[in-house]
Amino acid sequence: MESGPSQARTAGSRGDAGPGGSALTHARTATARKTYLKTYSYWFYAPAGLVYLVVFLVPTVMSFYFAFTRWDLFTAEWIGLDNFSQFFSEQQLVTSLWHTLFYAVFTSGAKVVLGMLFAVVLTSNMRIRGLLRSLVFFPVLVSTVAVGITFGVLFQPDFGLVNTVLSWVGISGPDWLGDPDTALLSVAVVDVWKGVGLATVIYIAGIMSISRDYYEAVDCDGGGAWVKFRHITLPLARPATFTVILLSFIGGLRSFDLIWTMTGGGPGFASDTIASVIYKQYQAGFYGLSTAGNVVLFLLVSAIVFPLAFVLNRREVDL
Amino acid sequence: MKTARIRLATVATAAVAMVTLAACASSSSSSSAPASAAGSDTSSSAAAPAAKTELTLLVDNGEFTVKAAKAEIEAFQKANPDITIKMNTRPGGGDGDNLIKTKLATGEMEDVFWYNSGSLLQALKPDQNIVDLTGDATLKDVDESFLPVVTYKGKVYGAPWGTIMGGGIVYNKDVFAKAGITVPKTWAEFEANNDKLKAAGITPVLGTLKDTWTSQLFVLGDYHNVAVANPTFADDYTANKAKYASTPAALRGFEKTAEPAAKGWLNKGAGSTTVTQGTTLLVTGKAAQWPILTAVVASLPKDQANKLGFFGIPGDDAAKAGATVWSPAAQYISAKSKNIDAAKKFVAFVASPAGTDIFNTASPATGPYLIKGYTLPSDSLDIVKDLQAYVDAKATTPALEFLSPVKGPALEQITTALETGQSNAKDGAAQYDADVTKQAKQLGLAGW
Repeated sequence: MESGPSQARTAGSRGDAGPGGSALTHARTATARKTYLKTYSYWFYAPAGLVYLVVFLVPTVMSFYFAFTRWDLFTAEWIGLDNFSQFFSEQQLVTSLWHTLFYAVFTSGAKVVLGMLFAVVLTSNMRIRGLLRSLVFFPVLVSTVAVGITFGVLFQPDFGLVNTVLSWVGISGPDWLGDPDTALLSVAVVDVWKGVGLATVIYIAGIMSISRDYYEAVDCDGGGAWVKFRHITLPLARPATFTVILLSFIGGLRSFDLIWTMTGGGPGFASDTIASVIYKQYQAGFYGLSTAGNVVLFLLVSAIVFPLAFVLNRREVDL
Repeated sequence: MKTARIRLATVATAAVAMVTLAACASSSSSSSAPASAAGSDTSSSAAAPAAKTELTLLVDNGEFTVKAAKAEIEAFQKANPDITIKMNTRPGGGDGDNLIKTKLATGEMEDVFWYNSGSLLQALKPDQNIVDLTGDATLKDVDESFLPVVTYKGKVYGAPWGTIMGGGIVYNKDVFAKAGITVPKTWAEFEANNDKLKAAGITPVLGTLKDTWTSQLFVLGDYHNVAVANPTFADDYTANKAKYASTPAALRGFEKTAEPAAKGWLNKGAGSTTVTQGTTLLVTGKAAQWPILTAVVASLPKDQANKLGFFGIPGDDAAKAGATVWSPAAQYISAKSKNIDAAKKFVAFVASPAGTDIFNTASPATGPYLIKGYTLPSDSLDIVKDLQAYVDAKATTPALEFLSPVKGPALEQITTALETGQSNAKDGAAQYDADVTKQAKQLGLAGW
């Protein structure tokens, strides 16, 4: 942009072709050209940047404003920190915070363990390896809402498949989603089922990138499969572990769609997470309050994830 | 709040339409097509000069509403060949709210629109947006008991369409007869009945908590008993002077919500039972009583629906037993309409005995109408007769949401938590009081 005027002048002086073309102009032209060469590649970012600006940055900044207002979509009245004090005095906030943390820790933990396990199995020399890999990854491709509705039916206490199968072996299963004690755990298990495929794929990539030499060395030293796993695979797949932890932890903290379709945060408040609390405020027409909640969620996720990423990344370098 | 209230208030159409999976079947263009086609038919056959008035009508897209509206339009056009009516439909729930508000704000509202009565009307700024019908001949057939729910600052803005609904206990009459019990007049009798039912191996109280709105009925349906004990409760409550937790009569509703779980009256798996499943459980006699709105029977074939009866949530005084009712929705005329006279004609037609008869033929009643001079046909559902008996005995009270703009959005979660035994009545009521305070603050109401 800044090079615009000087370029125009250059063109003009060339048109004059008079003796006035001084060294100064030359110098200017050169600088302009340099800037141009240096910056022109950034223009390729412009379209994507514009979309990002309009769709992400502007609303994010605006939400910081609306969080301080009583907002009915037509008029916004500045009410200072009232929304935040209301949000923090929300009765279900503390329990839903615990639910959120439990959910995030449980799902990311289970995805790490199961993902690693599946990846080790699926990188071994098996005949139906390709098929199994597809099967493990398949749930990732299904819409979360569809998964939620399907499992809602499977978990139905009277005629649902889960309790029917359990009754064959003489177990009378609970009302998985309707009982406050099991509701959140049931949703978390489904989340793991749906997300473990992605973790497995990341681990497979991580394990495949480990040089075969290490395993051959263990063979020479007479070590078995456990030694290989414990001392080669596990430490050298650490970058993959960090990626899985980070991705699934962020996913767990802001998880909403599965919880909402399966239990709606219920029964009562038994599976409410931060995201479902915020959504219910939005549903009730408390737009300012729910925006304040989203700002808090944004800050919370940042406060947990950035330090986590920092620590994990540093350990990666230490390796 | 809006969603919760709407869910209850429009459940007549919504729950029923969902059961039949027809709620989303009618888009605005497809449903308006027959109406406009009928209009052009009359114009070509009558070959009348261009003196025709064209009215527009906006209704919600519930199956039963659309059916009834179409029948009304057809009959009205036959009686008034110089007026044609074009019908548009809108979604229900919160989306419908937003659409109505936007249309009114931008001056694009249809001449006549059908929408909730009660506190949702207050949010439409009626004095600016809706034609005042106070003392107008349009309302000559309307029962006076309807007027309070369409009154704003002393002026009347709407005429009713459809029926009232009872909110209380829908029960299986065969099961009652077999167990040798009668309709309870007091809560103590209700408890005694439940013990007998439980001993006979029948689920005394049906919980359908997967559809969370149904958990509110013990609280909302108990309002008749609250009003009998505290006649000024609604005003005090709106003015932030009365609270659920500190008003013994109001607290009873929360105690009644908690009792089924504590005494083991509920069906197994109540937490994941839906309204559709619940209807089957009740009709087949696996469960005896269901706290719900009477409109649920609309989805049933007549012989099955007539197995069911209705009584209000029992109070503590048999002499004052009654029922809480949900008022009919209303027809309003947009203040921006250019055909107010024709619009009034149509509104008056729908709210007349003749119009009601047409309505009832298209969508059979699940409760009484509030139209003077109209008597329900003798082959109406039994549940309608039960409700009519309360109306005739003047033993009904409108639900609190028709008397006060204050309703907390989390009531259905709070009552679900109570009904699944996660908290106690006192805590539940206190939670709800806090929830109400939040809503009043968010609405910027005076005195909170």
